[in-house]
Amino acid sequence: MAQQVLTITQLNEYIRGRMEEDHLLNAVAVKGEISNYKLYPSGHHYFTLKDENSALKCVMFKGNAQRLRFRPENGMKIIAMGKVSVFPRDGAYQLYCAAMAMDGIGDLYAAFEQLKKKLQAQGLFDPAHKKPIPKFPGTIGIITSSAGAAVHDMLRILNKRYPLAKVLLLPVRVQGVEAPGEIAAAIRYANYHKLADLLIVGRGGGSIEDLWAFNEEIVAHAIYDSNIPVISAVGHEPDVTISDYVADLRAATPSNAAELAVPDRDALTQALDSMENAMANALNRQIKSYKQHLDVLSKSSALQSPAGYLEQKQRQLELLKNRLIAAENQIIARNEQRYVALTAKLDAMSPLKVLTRGYALTTNERGEVVRSVSQVELGKRITVALSDGSLSATVMEKKENVQ
Amino acid sequence: MSQQKPSFENNMQRLEQIVRAMERGDVPLEESLKLFQEGTELVRSCNQLLDNAQLQVKKIMTAPDGSPVEEDFPHDI
Repeated sequence: MAQQVLTITQLNEYIRGRMEEDHLLNAVAVKGEISNYKLYPSGHHYFTLKDENSALKCVMFKGNAQRLRFRPENGMKIIAMGKVSVFPRDGAYQLYCAAMAMDGIGDLYAAFEQLKKKLQAQGLFDPAHKKPIPKFPGTIGIITSSAGAAVHDMLRILNKRYPLAKVLLLPVRVQGVEAPGEIAAAIRYANYHKLADLLIVGRGGGSIEDLWAFNEEIVAHAIYDSNIPVISAVGHEPDVTISDYVADLRAATPSNAAELAVPDRDALTQALDSMENAMANALNRQIKSYKQHLDVLSKSSALQSPAGYLEQKQRQLELLKNRLIAAENQIIARNEQRYVALTAKLDAMSPLKVLTRGYALTTNERGEVVRSVSQVELGKRITVALSDGSLSATVMEKKENVQ
Repeated sequence: MSQQKPSFENNMQRLEQIVRAMERGDVPLEESLKLFQEGTELVRSCNQLLDNAQLQVKKIMTAPDGSPVEEDFPHDI
């Protein structure tokens, strides 16, 4: 059997031809994780897509790569579309990638937007619900993984800024299926036992899937229900999670959360200095103003020449005494005049005085002063008093005046 | 669970009160002197608190009955 001997080029070209006839291989979509990613100066991208067991070499030429909406990175899970063919020079097949999409991201993004809308409608992001962060938190509860770098970053910053605080770590898993339940339970547990004045809930950076626990509804509601103010601290600066929207304060990173949680020691000592200054200034001002007042007083004549002052006061006293005496005399004289006038008036009104002018006072037998003819009867005695004696008489006749 | 909060926070609040009263200038000099003395004492004690403090760090574990138990948490701050 005469076997045809092929050159390598011929064989590789043959395989390429067979592969390119295959419909599936000509338009395939394959998912995997990027590794060995390299961008060449030519603008072509080279990488390997892999899953748990296998790997696939891939290339994406400059023209296609220019249409990418994101920058591929190692570890990124993607779906690559293109054709599988052979690179004849190396005798290796590879995926000629025409387009690329992030795997699952579309679904996650949709879920995120959906939940965000729903919770917003429920009022979970309402600014009116947000609690103020205490100025001097005594105890800070940190709900995060005890394993990550995040917790140590936070502890270092808290100790540097405000070592008066006490930190209680509530260790939880921050990724995986159990994470949302554990995070929510820790928030509720801290509230139930009133463990802290402030809670920091978060984790360090990671992929969107790694951060996903903080986009779960159960965590959002636990944060919303917390009576203890909550600072969310998830991932890096650009990562925004549902927890960030619900929390009373959003920190860009765990380290940033530690900065937002406590006052800065340097600022505090500066404030203490300035208060000490303010007190000293206020006291000096007051002393100065008392001194000025004292100066004015000491320049007054009383203190400048006490003898002259006393003499002047004595003269004033003498003057006042004289005025007092004069006033007294005047009052006495005035009263004397009134006395004389009153006695004269009294004298004029005396009944004896009236009798001397020829009037008489008649009394009946009963001793009554007779003012009317009706008080006497015919034949009865009456007594008539005159200025120098009295007469006894008998009533002979009664005549009434005709009215 | 907030042990050191009262002294530092209260000191700061009292200090702010004192500064305001002294700056208003309507307290008698004798009272001002007393306030100044109290104030400088508070500043000293606040600075001392900050200088001597070390962040307390504990890990919360749950006892069988569900109540929280504080345990040491190793750190290198």
